[in-house]
Amino acid sequence: MNATRTITAAPIRKSLRVRTPQEKAFRIFLGGMGRWWPKDHSLLETPQRDVVIEPRAGGRWYEIGEDGAEYEWGKVLEYDAPNRALLAWQLNAEWRFDPDFETEVEIVFKADGDETIVEFEHRKLEAYGRTDRSGQTLMDMDKGWGAILERYVEEASRQD
Amino acid sequence: MANALSAFVALSEPMRVAILERLAERPMAVGELAEALPVSRPAVSQHLKVLKAASLVEAEARGTRRVYRIDPAGLGPIRIWLDRHWERALAAFAEEVEREEEE
Repeated sequence: MNATRTITAAPIRKSLRVRTPQEKAFRIFLGGMGRWWPKDHSLLETPQRDVVIEPRAGGRWYEIGEDGAEYEWGKVLEYDAPNRALLAWQLNAEWRFDPDFETEVEIVFKADGDETIVEFEHRKLEAYGRTDRSGQTLMDMDKGWGAILERYVEEASRQD
Repeated sequence: MANALSAFVALSEPMRVAILERLAERPMAVGELAEALPVSRPAVSQHLKVLKAASLVEAEARGTRRVYRIDPAGLGPIRIWLDRHWERALAAFAEEVEREEEE
């Protein structure tokens, strides 16, 4: 392997317009994530009660279950209300929080009259290629992402 | 590890990502992909060759056709899964905004 070679994975980019002022769009996105986050996308054993993003650089990003248990998702890298936030998504290919694993989620808010354009990007996905310590992480179909993806692929194939 | 690296090289080309996304919906033959995307049949074949070398897609013979599907053990599915996840999450965010605006 050539260590100096630059490997990149295409970032995930989304852009949407919401009918609310910039400040409120930012507040609902960052401060109210638990109100809109898909409830089935949780790593907790009890139903998800909330998702918290501490509003400062260095803050935590985590979910809380009905039983009070917390599950770490990542951290806040930059917090510039109501314009932009940069978060570290630190759930690895096995859905485990790994402080050494880091992908970036950037959300930019731009006012357009009374509305707001939200630009979303999940990048540095090449980190998923670096988590392969045991030589099986991404290939292990029996747990974590593998099992979820397998079900997803089955579902997708069924529509054939 | 070699697989993971070649997967990222393969995913650096937007058309290959577009091909993967189509294949995530259902397995397709080269001709079908060329019809669905703004790219020639030989170009699709070339992209599929790269994707196959990176273990992102696999081919299967169906009668006289070769049908391609995403390889669940490859890396492409992770990106596709995340893409779908965020698509859904952001739609839910937009709904929440609308709901709050109505109150």
